[in-house]
Amino acid sequence: MLSASHRLHADAFSAEANRATYGKCNNPQGHGHNYVIEVVAGGEVDADTGMVVNMAVLDEVVQQRVLDRFDHTNLNLDPLFMNQVPTTENLCRAVFGILNGTLPEGELEYVRVEETENNFFQFYGV
Amino acid sequence: MIEITRRATFSASHFYWNEAWTAEKNEQVFGKCARRNGHGHNYTLEVTVAGEPDRVTGFVVDLKWLKDLMESKVLAAFDHRHLNFEVPEFSDSSLIPTTENIAIAAWNRLEPAVTGAGGARLSRVRVYETPEIFAEYRGVS
Repeated sequence: MLSASHRLHADAFSAEANRATYGKCNNPQGHGHNYVIEVVAGGEVDADTGMVVNMAVLDEVVQQRVLDRFDHTNLNLDPLFMNQVPTTENLCRAVFGILNGTLPEGELEYVRVEETENNFFQFYGV
Repeated sequence: MIEITRRATFSASHFYWNEAWTAEKNEQVFGKCARRNGHGHNYTLEVTVAGEPDRVTGFVVDLKWLKDLMESKVLAAFDHRHLNFEVPEFSDSSLIPTTENIAIAAWNRLEPAVTGAGGARLSRVRVYETPEIFAEYRGVS
């Protein structure tokens, strides 16, 4: 889980259009969420270890590359969101991009980001 | 392509009964779900739409719009209702309000509006009858 703030605001829109599009998510001072990140790695079960991936290794990678980067930060200030609005769609895609092709074991299947208990987002890479 | 899922809950009553069967067979097939006075559940509706995030807004769809659509198309008809008697899909036919059929009914109620709005397609509808049981429908969209 990571706790972060964000503000949804598109520079291409007028102030009115931003308010109309994003509602209270356009609040100038931002707001925050506890995002729940699920990283799903797939692969064959290793004959020696009985594991697809070593969960401790996967935990460490996600901790270092994702949670350490975004937890207790303002997403709007991250370089990844300099040119795109930090919607959870884009956060989900960003997390996938950070992890894709870099897992020490297994293949990244998809990333799921839960913004609140009532909504979540999934990205499969295509 | 991103999938977005929105959850909502509704509470409704129902019972399972096939008029073409004897009472004995209904009780044999449906067990306590066949009790004619009905029973109820707190259902959870999960609606998943899929599409590309808009380059400017970053949204696939506005979640508020999806919430309102679920409210107007499904919850307004199902919540605090007796599904057998008050929801047309079931009251006007012999269709039994199983969780499977509720998922299909919800899909049919939502799909035209999601498709008509453009930008995203309805990907799946999942209906939890209890936390342990759900039915999932992926229709044609």
